[in-house]
Amino acid sequence: DIDNVGHKYHLKLVLEDITEQDCYTINCTAEILYHLGNTNAAPDVHFEIEGELKSTDEQDNMFYNRMKSLKTELVAENIPDSRGHVPAELQPLRRLARAAAGYVVWQHSTEDTRYELAQVQRVRQVKRSDDYLEFDYLVLLHEFVSQEIIPWQMTVLWHPEHGVKVTQNSRQPRHGEH
Amino acid sequence: DQVLRATAGDGAQLALLRALGEREDLQVDFWRGPTKPGHPADLRVPFRNLRAVKSLLEANDVPYSVMIEDVQELLDEEKRTMRLSRRLERSTETFDFSSYHTIEEVGACTLLHTHAQVCRRSGRPRARACTHACALTAPLPPQFSTGGAGRPAIWLDTGIHSREWITQATGVWTANKIAKEYGKDPAVTAVLDNMDIFFEIVTNPDGFAYTQSTNRLWRKTRSINAGSSCVGVDPNRNWDAGFGGPGSSSNPCSETYHGPYAHSESEVSSVVDFILRHGNVKAVVSIHSYSQMLMYPYGYKTEPAPDHDELDALAAKAVQDLAAVHGTRYTYGSIIDTIYQAAGTTVDWAYDHGVKYSYTFELRDTGRYGFLLPASHIVPTATETWPALLDIMEHVLRHPY
Repeated sequence: DIDNVGHKYHLKLVLEDITEQDCYTINCTAEILYHLGNTNAAPDVHFEIEGELKSTDEQDNMFYNRMKSLKTELVAENIPDSRGHVPAELQPLRRLARAAAGYVVWQHSTEDTRYELAQVQRVRQVKRSDDYLEFDYLVLLHEFVSQEIIPWQMTVLWHPEHGVKVTQNSRQPRHGEH
Repeated sequence: DQVLRATAGDGAQLALLRALGEREDLQVDFWRGPTKPGHPADLRVPFRNLRAVKSLLEANDVPYSVMIEDVQELLDEEKRTMRLSRRLERSTETFDFSSYHTIEEVGACTLLHTHAQVCRRSGRPRARACTHACALTAPLPPQFSTGGAGRPAIWLDTGIHSREWITQATGVWTANKIAKEYGKDPAVTAVLDNMDIFFEIVTNPDGFAYTQSTNRLWRKTRSINAGSSCVGVDPNRNWDAGFGGPGSSSNPCSETYHGPYAHSESEVSSVVDFILRHGNVKAVVSIHSYSQMLMYPYGYKTEPAPDHDELDALAAKAVQDLAAVHGTRYTYGSIIDTIYQAAGTTVDWAYDHGVKYSYTFELRDTGRYGFLLPASHIVPTATETWPALLDIMEHVLRHPY
């Protein structure tokens, strides 16, 4: 408890690469400060990683080249599908969505929320003249405490060397039929 | 004797069906009771009263079909096959437990086992072979029974929140497991030799159908809310335990809408009525997903349950035995301490009505797939949850009250 400022949390966590079988883990410490009152401010986050994250250059470049060379822009829906299935070629798009959604979740988190990415409802690739890949996502976030499913639009840029950027994001109204 | 399936078209026909069940002279026995217009009811009718019942239905334009032509034949067939469990295996052998099924498929698989009711209600001496899975959809509770009426009972339910598909799938596997293990596994046999198990798999059938037809992430019932365009009530906020308090919403558009009043939802009131009428239910285990937690009351208040210590110790053991299977880590504790404040929940109601062993599970995972858990998780989830369930059932058996 920090008077007049907010609540600070000290975390020790272990990062695990879920795509790898060999259980590659990295220790991490973090400090999160939730600001008092002003719920529009995202919590402050500082972290330190012990060691290095694995290189994913090869997979990154493969995905990048595949997307860049598509004749028509990619469009996909319902990732995962009702049965939790994600086709192999859509896996990177889901991972990208998770990374981008992570940013959105961070911006909107308070001590009373817990967000998970429930599903990518729709993703549409947007053609660009520069090096970046651009995707327009509509994702469904599951907010645990209220149990609400919240549609969220995200415009996501990605480049193997420059990483992920969320240039636009907005909460969407719930679908008309209830 | 035959089993007829009749569907009331409107309120008047519904009342007629109900009245039919009340008539002493006709001795009609509901395997699936009449609930709402448009929903089928299954009636077992003794041979001598068949003509009268059919005439009554026809005279009132109630559509019906003959579901089981000859109940006696079914019984005889039972006796002919030495062990029912072997027969069960033959017929359930083609059922794929490692994939998600439609509401009809779940019903069909379990319809195979309706002869459990036959054995139970026929009055014939029960052979060991008569014990098996009888898992039906709401509102009639399915029953595993080897013995007499009014024995202490365990209540299990899955699928009360329709989008939590891993729970219905785990329910189907578990019901089959219970049936298979009777006579083989000493613990299951001991439990079923002394207690009855009631297992409701698709506790929210309207919601489940909706997740398959329209919205995979639908949670609530599909009740129309007066004065609102929003549909549905959260069936796990609709119980009369701290009803309407913090941890539920009064907004019909909310996922945790508690409903206009406690037990407004038939999915809830049917279970309430069943448990109260039964009078000897000793445990209620309500299964949800996701988060990997095992919890006991209370959710609506912070005050610890009087049996907190015992419930906590049992939860600790169950969670440990669960982890031993595939390494899956669960947290445990009271609902309010472990997950969040929630008012009007199943287990709080059960506990406040004398059911000491009231537990709720949150199955896999912790958010990576959430509700959209891949089918490859079904069997591992069911397999690891099984020892935890067995721990609870055995404890209930060894601690009568």
